[in-house]
Amino acid sequence: MDVDFKPAAPARNPETAPFWDAARDGRLLIKRCNACGEAFFYPRALCPFCLSATSWLEASGEGTIYSYTAVPTRDGAYIVALVTLAEGPTMMTNILAPDPQAVAIGQAVRVRFIPTTGDDALPVFVPA
Amino acid sequence: MSLRGAAHIVGIHEYPDRKIEGKTLAQLHAEVARAALDDAGLTKADVDAYFTDSVAPGLGPMSMIDYLGLDVRHAESTDTGGASYLMHVSHAAQAIRAGKCDVALITFAGMPRSGQGTPLPTMSSTPESSFELPYRVTVPAQYALAARRHMHEFGTTPEQLAWIKVAASHHAQHNPHAMLREVVTVADVVNSRMVADPLHLLDCCVVSDGAGAIIVARPEIARSLKRPGVRLRGAGEAVKTLKGGRVDLTTTAAARSGPIAFAEAGVTPADIKYASIYDSFTITVLLQLEDLGFCAKGRGGAFVADGNLISGIGKLPFNTDGGGLCNNHPNNRGGATKIFEAVRQLRGEAHPAVQVANCDLALVQATGAMLTTRHSSATLVLEAV
Repeated sequence: MDVDFKPAAPARNPETAPFWDAARDGRLLIKRCNACGEAFFYPRALCPFCLSATSWLEASGEGTIYSYTAVPTRDGAYIVALVTLAEGPTMMTNILAPDPQAVAIGQAVRVRFIPTTGDDALPVFVPA
Repeated sequence: MSLRGAAHIVGIHEYPDRKIEGKTLAQLHAEVARAALDDAGLTKADVDAYFTDSVAPGLGPMSMIDYLGLDVRHAESTDTGGASYLMHVSHAAQAIRAGKCDVALITFAGMPRSGQGTPLPTMSSTPESSFELPYRVTVPAQYALAARRHMHEFGTTPEQLAWIKVAASHHAQHNPHAMLREVVTVADVVNSRMVADPLHLLDCCVVSDGAGAIIVARPEIARSLKRPGVRLRGAGEAVKTLKGGRVDLTTTAAARSGPIAFAEAGVTPADIKYASIYDSFTITVLLQLEDLGFCAKGRGGAFVADGNLISGIGKLPFNTDGGGLCNNHPNNRGGATKIFEAVRQLRGEAHPAVQVANCDLALVQATGAMLTTRHSSATLVLEAV
């Protein structure tokens, strides 16, 4: 990540408050459908596959990089990526890597939480 | 209800300036409406349907209908980003065929270069915002993620992507209104600065102000007019999203909208003489060409290389006005300009240096919004009559 950057704080709402509460504790929550059993991301109240009720599931925090891009900044670059979680769904994120050139599709990564400009923490990933 | 032959595009107008000063958005809507009606040989009193996007001032189409002094029995403000205007054309054709209107006016205007463009999402404005915006997913990054994955799966190269810009620049040199008229080489593109790896500055479209209007009319009315006829032959639409995390970035919604449009038109990609392909970035063009069936999935790089998209040289002349990559990209929404150039080609009114001989069948393809996260696609097949 570029030097001294703090991501913007997310906006909380009743649907996603448990996600952000868990993030403060260093845990990554995703949603799973009570009816069809599918895990999905981003979290929402009803399943995007069948519109049934859902429950929270604590993810392992492990995943692999589906795709990524290094966006140059004045003092370096930051990496935007899509990471496929071990539980199945793919999520948007940043990769914190000491060497952006060493990042690759298929690379194993692990979740980490970083401070935002507000009270909430944001899940990002680092090489496993 | 098939849209084949349901309506004609009888008038167009593209505002010539790429930076607009001293005018209001509403005024631009009115000026292009007047010019497109003049092009068609119709008057405001003939208009009984109005279409615009969410960038127009006011709630939906309401303020513009008032400002323009329209008296309509059909109004719509479908907004799917850059593909909106293709959908407006096909929705106007639907309404005409259903007997709900006879003459539809479509207008748009935007001045992003002076801060009067599409509003940006905020952290609380959409359900997904907080799961995307904190990661600083820039617009080029949205397309770079797809480009990177395509390169990984199919071996596509930056040089192959560069050929798309090279082709656009060959066309733009003949367009006096184009923002970038200099012919560029593959080396120029891949040596330009990186904006979101693997996309370079010259893989990106320009940012421009702009405005335009399209008149769609019932075939009986179209036949009474003097301008060369352009008939809608087929139309398709689709939307693709992150699908709850089942992400696949190598295919766009054009893989769905294209076959719908081709089936309705009763033609195949091999029949198309000219193609307007939305070109927010070079990768956008490559993905849509594959998804429409101009080449197999994964073969887009080889298809676009060596000038295959250059009029007079390649097999599929595309974006002969210079496209969004070199000419203009009004309000970061390039769909309408794709319609304009296809109409010029079918009328035989493109620049002589890029006019396709015997251009009787053209394709217009646009994607809208953001490629990786949520995008729309609209496909039109148009024919000269």
